[in-house]
Order: sequence, then C-alpha cells, then structure tokens
Amino acid sequence: MRYPGPGAPPAASGDPVPPDGAIRFVGKTLVMAELEIRKLSHDATELVTRAFQPALWLLVFGQVFTRIRAIPTGEFRYIDFMTPGILAQSVLFVSIFYGISIIWERDLGIVHKFLASPTPRAALVLGKSLSAAVRSFTQAVFIYILALLLGVRINWNPLALLGVLVVIVLGSAVFSTFSLIIACIVKSRERFMGIGQVLTMPLFFASNAIYPISLMPGWLQVFSRVNPLTYEVDALRALMLEGAVSAYGIGWDIAILLVVVGVFTWIAAAVYPQVAY
Amino acid sequence: MSIALETFSLTRRFGSLTAVSGLSLAVGAGETFGLLGPNGAGKTTTIKMLATLLPATSGGASVAGFDLRRQPGEVRRVIGYVPQLLSADGTLTGRENLEILGLLHDIPRRDLHRRVDEALEFMGLQDFGGRLVREYSGGMIRRLEVAQSMLHRPRVLFLDEPTTGLDPVARRTVWQLIRRLREDFGMTILLTTHLMEEADRLCRRVAIMNRGAVAAIGTPAGLKKGLRKPKATLDDVFIRCTGSQLESGGTYHEISRTRRTARRLG
Repeated sequence: MRYPGPGAPPAASGDPVPPDGAIRFVGKTLVMAELEIRKLSHDATELVTRAFQPALWLLVFGQVFTRIRAIPTGEFRYIDFMTPGILAQSVLFVSIFYGISIIWERDLGIVHKFLASPTPRAALVLGKSLSAAVRSFTQAVFIYILALLLGVRINWNPLALLGVLVVIVLGSAVFSTFSLIIACIVKSRERFMGIGQVLTMPLFFASNAIYPISLMPGWLQVFSRVNPLTYEVDALRALMLEGAVSAYGIGWDIAILLVVVGVFTWIAAAVYPQVAY
Repeated sequence: MSIALETFSLTRRFGSLTAVSGLSLAVGAGETFGLLGPNGAGKTTTIKMLATLLPATSGGASVAGFDLRRQPGEVRRVIGYVPQLLSADGTLTGRENLEILGLLHDIPRRDLHRRVDEALEFMGLQDFGGRLVREYSGGMIRRLEVAQSMLHRPRVLFLDEPTTGLDPVARRTVWQLIRRLREDFGMTILLTTHLMEEADRLCRRVAIMNRGAVAAIGTPAGLKKGLRKPKATLDDVFIRCTGSQLESGGTYHEISRTRRTARRLG
C-alpha cells in the first residue's frame, strides 16, 4: 500500500491551479476586504452609530475651544487644527477594537476554515487591516462633510485627498494589526475589551490630535514622539488642511507608519494561527 | 487500495495533558473512516492537527502524499475541513459564504459562479443562496458548510461531528450527502462522531479512541463480531472499549462550545 508522492498529478479533475506568489498574495488580501464590504452592505447601522462620536467632538468640544482660544494653534482656527486629529481618532477607534472580530470568528469556527485554506497568514492579517481601513473610509466621509459645514480650510486638491486615503490605510493597519495581536493573545471578548479601553485614551491624549505636543510636560512629549498616532495626525494635518505644513515631514511620517505596519503584520501573522488552538 | 491519509505516532500534549498519544492510522483512498470516542478522547485534536491548525508535539502524518510538518501549504490545498462548531457566517448570504471560501481556496473568479451554483444544487440549497445565513435552519447551515468544504474538490475531507445538534431528519440528509461525496467524487473522508448509528451507516472502518489512543479499530461488523455476543451493536463495542470513562470526558470549554452550537441550532 502506497500513497502518491508529492509530485503526483492532482487526482480530482477540478483541482485549482494556484497563481503566482505576489499576485496571489494581493488577491487574497483583497478577498478579505471584499468580505468586509459585503458584510457592511447587508448591515451598515454600526457605521452610522460610530459617526456620532466624531460629530460630538467637532460640534461640541471643537466649537467651544475655538471660541475660547485656549490652545495656541498659530494661523489656524482651533476647529481647523483639530479636524485632522478627530479623523485620526475615528480611525484609531475603528481599528483598535477591530481585533474583536477575530475573537468572534474564533468562537464561531470561521477563523479555523480560513486557516485551513491555502491563504498566507500575512494575507489574512493584511486583509483584516484593509477591512478596518474600509470602515475608516466611511468615517472619513462623515468627517469631511461635517468639516465642510463647519467651514474648515479643507485642501481639495485630488492628490492631497489621495494622500489622506493612503494615511488612513496606514493608520488603520497600524492599530488593527496591534489589535489583532492582542486578540490572538487574550482570546476572550471580556479581556480584549478591557485592554482596548485601557489603551485607547492614552494613545489619543498623548498625541498631537487635539493640542500641539509643545504644550505637554517633558515626559509626555517623549511618549507622544513614540506614539504612531502622532505621525498619522501630522501627515493628515498637512494633507487635509489648505496651507498647512508637516512638523516632521510627510515622507518621514509615512515611513514610520510603514515600518510599524511591517513589524506588527509580521508579529500578527506569527500569532494568528494560535487563535485556532 | 492506495493510502490517502496516514499518521505516525501522532502526539499532542497540552501542558501535562496528553490529548492524543502516539496515534498511528492509515486510511485508504476513497474510504470513509470514523473516529469514535467520548468527549475529550482526542478526536477533535486529531482532526485539527491533520487540518494543519494545530502543530503536533511529536510524530507526523502524510495527507494525500504531503508531509504534514514540512508541506503544510500543500496539505491545505488538497483538504476540506468542517469544524465542529457551526461556522458559516450569519451576516453573509449562503452564496457569499461559498464565494469567499472558494476564493481563499484559489478557485479562479471566472469559474466561481458555476462552482458555487453546482455546490448549492448538490446540497439542495439552490433556492436559498441569496438569503442571509442567519435565517437558515441548523441542517441548512451544515449543508452549506459541507458545500464550502467541497468547492475546491479536496482529496481528503475532515468532518468534525458533522451531525451534532441536528434533528433526525436533517441528520439523514447530511448522511446522504456524505455518501454522495464519496460516490460522486471519490473523496477520502475522515469524520468524528459519538453516534454509533452514524459510524455504522457511513464508515467502512472505525477507530474507537479513548484517552488519546486507539482502543479498537476495524470494520463496524468486525468489531461487533469480536464481542462474541448475540445482536451486539457498536454501542456495546464502545462501552467495552471506553468502560466507565463514558461520563467523565469533556472539558468545560468543550461542553460550553457544544451547548453554544446546540443553542444556535435552536
């Protein structure tokens, strides 16, 4: 009794022929994003309810602080200054809780079927990042509409808008891969939600999202400089506002975000199979 | 008969617990083989290792000629897997569930629609493809999942408790489909169950597992004959092999999962 060796021709007539590495990898990543879009097309309530929070920040917090001029923001009104920060906040909130979808898929056994398919682990992880970015895009549309109504000095140059999209993808990828790593380690909703809550506020407040870093005490400035959100906000501010310049350089911001995405994706792809144990 | 699936002293430990202990089995091409045993006997752990989801602590296996340790990517290409849990995505339609998994299994987009139509028809779900899965009955979800696992025409199919939680009518439908998968496509099927009737009807051979090891192996008829007792059933073989173990198995995690599946089936 012998089994056919690895070089044996496929037994079944319909065995799919796999396409080449890179194309296949990108294709699989897009399939995961497609999955998210189809889900959202069946039920988009979550997107609408999520849009309330940035609306509150801009309409209440933004309006009040613009009026009292407590925070020095140079030639820009405070509402101009904070709008890119609130966009980054929305991306952060959508992405940092995105890992819960993995725990949900684990409890249902969906993740087991993904992992038993010939899809590279990193493509599954990046697909999840892209799915988080899809959700973030919808928030960006809401925020742009609000910004228009509030008279924010938006830069409508198509290249600048494209740049904003790229930064949103990178920002979503940074925090959703981070979230996936935590989810793969803790594996339960309750623990995950607890950790998510603990992380979100420090990441947000220890960044340049709603005030310049120069106002912070020294120790907090150090923390802000290692917080990826700071670089995301810096790039968004330079790209989103008419006449704004980046504090660190957009190229530098994007390079930092790319490196963080690379490292987090690598870690996430390594721990991802453990959710199926 | 050539061998489609073979394990060599396959072992998995979780801390001090040995879930699967030195399992050596050979399953022929086109054979339906049943792993039987009480909760906690190591059936699911075995299937998870063979489906590349869980690394073995020691030992190895060959699946459709590919080495489980060294060629996990190739193994994933030629297997289908239906987990114990009801794992179709309720927020998508039946058709979407099939399309996504088909794409992840490298089915080209130009063939996808036809393949999905065929799979829906094979499973008797052609009128429900456009409905959200959360509106499906438990039996329909199971059929959809079997459809998902056969879309890419795997050579070896792993079914982890395919009928747990189903009512008798739905169970019979799933049995018929499993038989047809073997007859129409010549698939090699490894299934786990704790229903003796299921093993008796579907499997050419069964292995009764207890505490991570094989307690008895053979054809259902042969095992019954071995008891030398008139009108022996597989249940008798099972009780003989597993003894008083029957009631003690099952971790908290497994039981809560089984109950959750039962709840989803309503």
